[in-house]
Amino acid sequence: MILSFGKDRESGNIKHRKERLDRGIKARSDTIYALSSYREALYLLFPRAATIIGLLVLPLLLPEYWIKVLVITCVVALLALSWDFIALAGMFSLGQTLFFGVGAYLAGGLNHYVRLSPIFTIPLSTVGGAIFCTILILPVLRLRGIYFAMVTFVLPLLLIRIIEMTGVLGGVEGLSALSPLPNLWVSVYLIIAVFLVCLFGYRRLMDTDYGLILKGIKNNDLAVMSRGINIYLYKAQALLIGSSAAAFAGAFVTHHYRFVGLPAFSMDYTILPIACTVVGGPGTFAGATFGAFVLMPLTELLRAIGTWRVVLYSFFMVVFIILVPEGIFHYLQRKYHQIERLVKTE
Amino acid sequence: MLGMLLYGLINSAVFMLMAIGFSLTFGISGVANFAYGAFYVTGAYVTWQLINSLGLSFAISIIISAIITGLFGALLYRFVLFRIRGLLLSEIIATFGIGMGMLEFYRSIGLSGHSYKLPTFMDGSLEVLGVYVDYQRVIIVGVAATLVFFLWFFSHHTKMGLAFRGIAQNEHTSLAFGIESEFTAMVSMGMGCCLASLAAVVIIPLSLIQVEEGSNVLILALAVGIVGGMESIAGVILGSLIFGYAQIAVATYFNPHYTVIVMLAAILIVLVIKPSGLFGKFKELEERV
Repeated sequence: MILSFGKDRESGNIKHRKERLDRGIKARSDTIYALSSYREALYLLFPRAATIIGLLVLPLLLPEYWIKVLVITCVVALLALSWDFIALAGMFSLGQTLFFGVGAYLAGGLNHYVRLSPIFTIPLSTVGGAIFCTILILPVLRLRGIYFAMVTFVLPLLLIRIIEMTGVLGGVEGLSALSPLPNLWVSVYLIIAVFLVCLFGYRRLMDTDYGLILKGIKNNDLAVMSRGINIYLYKAQALLIGSSAAAFAGAFVTHHYRFVGLPAFSMDYTILPIACTVVGGPGTFAGATFGAFVLMPLTELLRAIGTWRVVLYSFFMVVFIILVPEGIFHYLQRKYHQIERLVKTE
Repeated sequence: MLGMLLYGLINSAVFMLMAIGFSLTFGISGVANFAYGAFYVTGAYVTWQLINSLGLSFAISIIISAIITGLFGALLYRFVLFRIRGLLLSEIIATFGIGMGMLEFYRSIGLSGHSYKLPTFMDGSLEVLGVYVDYQRVIIVGVAATLVFFLWFFSHHTKMGLAFRGIAQNEHTSLAFGIESEFTAMVSMGMGCCLASLAAVVIIPLSLIQVEEGSNVLILALAVGIVGGMESIAGVILGSLIFGYAQIAVATYFNPHYTVIVMLAAILIVLVIKPSGLFGKFKELEERV
């Protein structure tokens, strides 16, 4: 029947239409499943397992150059996860580079001035960077809407100027010759491990009651307040959790390149994660991951066109947010969860 | 001392010119135009092209480029922002993406170097009470004062301006009075971009057309807006006076390098004390949750 579909439609004798059915494992919501066989369990497990196993095996298969690309992809994906998490709590950040840069400079400073080894600097600057950024942004949390975006946009640019003008933390030259990570394998598996923990951790967190409150703050903060919940506390916690991933990325990159300087606050670290999340699909973390793993290798292939890349990203970002606000991932997810078949119309 | 007062005033006028377009658009349509800096550079670049490629005179180029930039802004609203109005996330990402895209586009086609500069309106300088000020800076203060007066007159004594204020105060009620909110918002966006272009042609003769100016102007507009209050013209004036004099005072008494720290500190202090800005009364209730 399927083979003769095209012909029939041309002749107009028998009309078919596509019927889409949800697979019978969903119970009431998108996140609760009723499974009745191993086959169905496998069906649900496959995309998750494929991500984990794929990422763990990938470094073994790739040449060294592409392993480095994989590291940067994971860094951007981590920033995208962090952006997505903060956005899910209703805070739209235009300054992922703030979290990234603070983490990077903390790690660099601790390593350069205090001579701590990366084993200590990375965790310290992850936590310290997140706390520092949260305290810096704390006053804005009382305001709704656009102010968060504005302040997170302004802060990193002012911090750049302060470092540039006063020459603290290495000034324009930055801090170089920092302690490296032992070798490329440690780097790549460290970042992959942290990325996977964040991806599945954030997804899990968002499915708990705690995540429900965060989503509630985004959708209707007054309703959440009327339940007697202190939304500022929750927003601050969400910011802390979200920014720690980005601060880790910063600290990691500092030791990966053995250098920290003004590029740590570069606009790329803001625009790339947002572009990845928007193209992949905001709100699911998996979408952000998907976007990063599509766009970043593409960036590498398009290295020749230089600054046009950013023009291209911005273009993608604007087109997707207007025409496909769900992103690619939602489409793929729907395809995966539905059975399509042709039925005869009466 | 007198020089400090005078140059503080000039500085404030520059800041005010940079911030007023952004504040106008945000106050009326509620759209935070993160592409504002890009429009500033566009205004200057279009003027430069008109002068150097078409050989038009400076005055005509200014008018044409203001019109082109304004139209561009209005079209941007009509064909992009119109579809996503009210979706905060989409608005932020769309304007931010367009702004970044435009600035990087200018960088890609090679907008840098000493050849990109605009002529001054008048050469020479003026002696005011023993302080020398060049005419361009006097003109900046004049233009800023004129624009403020014009905006005040426009928003209090013309039909369009009253419609603007109506939309800013309560969109639904003004809809009931037959004010078309979408059209008004489009015009406000166009006017905001037009003001950006005017600010650019007045200020840029003091330096060069640089792509980096785009983000600098945006930061300044945001900083002034956050401190003064995003949607009120009085707030913009107060914000730019604070920054203008603070910058000069710090540069005179301490070290010019510390001006950025003053800016950062001002933003943070105002956010702690009065998050909606010193004069931001309009939307205080809405924004404060």
